[in-house]
Amino acid sequence: MSLANPNETLARQLALVIDLNVCVGCHACVTSCKQWNTSGAAGPLVDSNAYGANPTGTFFNRVQTYEAGSFPDTQTVHFPKSCLHCEDPPCVPVCPTGASYKRKQDGIVLVDYDKCIGCKYCSWACPYGARELDEERQVMTKCTLCVDRIYDELLPKEDRKPACVKACPTGARLFGDVKDPDSEVSKAIRERGGYELMPEWDTKPSNRYLPRRVTPAAQGESS
Amino acid sequence: MNPAWSVICFTTLAGAAQGLVVMLALATLGGLAPRHSFAAGALGIALVMLVVSLGSSFLHLGRPMRAWRAATMWRTSWLSREVIVLPLFIAAVGLWWLWLYTGRGNPRSLLVAVVVLAFALWWCTGMIYAAIRFIAEWAHRLTLLNYTLIGLASGCTLLVALAVWRGESGLAQVLAPVALGLTLLAWGGRTLALRRNAGLKPKSTLQSATGIRSTSIRQHSMGMSAGAFNTREFFHGVGLAALQRVRWALHGLCFALPAALLAVGVATGTLEHVVLASLVQVPGLLAERWFFFAQARHPQNVYYQVVS
Repeated sequence: MSLANPNETLARQLALVIDLNVCVGCHACVTSCKQWNTSGAAGPLVDSNAYGANPTGTFFNRVQTYEAGSFPDTQTVHFPKSCLHCEDPPCVPVCPTGASYKRKQDGIVLVDYDKCIGCKYCSWACPYGARELDEERQVMTKCTLCVDRIYDELLPKEDRKPACVKACPTGARLFGDVKDPDSEVSKAIRERGGYELMPEWDTKPSNRYLPRRVTPAAQGESS
Repeated sequence: MNPAWSVICFTTLAGAAQGLVVMLALATLGGLAPRHSFAAGALGIALVMLVVSLGSSFLHLGRPMRAWRAATMWRTSWLSREVIVLPLFIAAVGLWWLWLYTGRGNPRSLLVAVVVLAFALWWCTGMIYAAIRFIAEWAHRLTLLNYTLIGLASGCTLLVALAVWRGESGLAQVLAPVALGLTLLAWGGRTLALRRNAGLKPKSTLQSATGIRSTSIRQHSMGMSAGAFNTREFFHGVGLAALQRVRWALHGLCFALPAALLAVGVATGTLEHVVLASLVQVPGLLAERWFFFAQARHPQNVYYQVVS
């Protein structure tokens, strides 16, 4: 799994591009992420009170829903949210044990669960709230970009993508190298105006979001 | 943020112990050395406070058995630096205590080292918070100043109280006005920080957090029905009225009442009041530190506004 070569420069940065124009808020990415990661190298992602009145548990990915505008001109925006694998991740240098790190070869930000002491300091240092402490294992967890899947040569080539990307029924999640100008993700960012979340903090998030766009038919209806 | 009692107890106890040791060292270096038995007793109390605070800090960890690993990333992490300096400080205080206990007196270089390590520890502790640039309430020099001043004030008051109790009137007479001055300075520093915090405007908005281009955005779902780590760690869940009471406790019990009791003691020469000042300050210090955490607004909270 690890291809670590610390001397390599960050010529590659794997990331997700999320198309808010087509996300329908079905939560398939949430459940497929949970299923893959609770069963794999990152797991188990423990739930407590799963069948009770107040279920809670560890997830790497959540889909939120917002309403923008004023009635009758409102839009419902479903907003998937996970670790953005920042180019300059503020969560990494604060870690006192070195459990949090950014991989040189592909830019994925990971937690070594065997080194994490569960001090939660990294979660304070992430403005996005992308990290969740697993309450049962008492270690910090976060999106791994399915690092145990994307390099697995036992899987067919088309399956070597993060579980959330494979599960999305509308193709709202693109995955690839944002440093490669010819990749699908770089093209989407360029052509569709892919933007960063909370640009005011200058964390250089690698994941980008594609804005909603008004399609000709909808334009006709609304005008 | 949701204040953690482990961290509140750790920082207040260690801070007061640091202040006590620093004032004792400075008094000794300045030619006001108390009896060796008194100094050893005071250092013993400081050591107990430090060990209890260290134990309390372990309670904040999910995996305390791995705590030793926290000393490895001192190049980048203030938390790691604190983890190194705290045991060094405890060891230096322990050495000083041992020197006194075995009748070998006060080695000057050791006392200087103790003072330097105490200030280094305040620096590390303060920087743990001040270095998080996303939390505007903490990311300021006043955080460092207040951790230091509050530690010095509470430690000095405790030392005077101990001196009064054990009949070290010479030391108590000199240090009581110092304790009063430090308490007033700490009150000033904390008030400045509170005033600064009241005027802060959050940098992140729903617009910048989601990138949705609309002046009116409402959250309908935060993606879970019953909360998560994000809603537990970063929200204190306390109402405005209760917050206001804690703020009064902060001003009254941490600063105003101890300062008044110290002032009465200094003015009338009846220093018994100082013992009361030190006792009153205990809940005040807890309120101050609780409020320090509760008042910090984390930008991630923008994403967690509606439960559904």
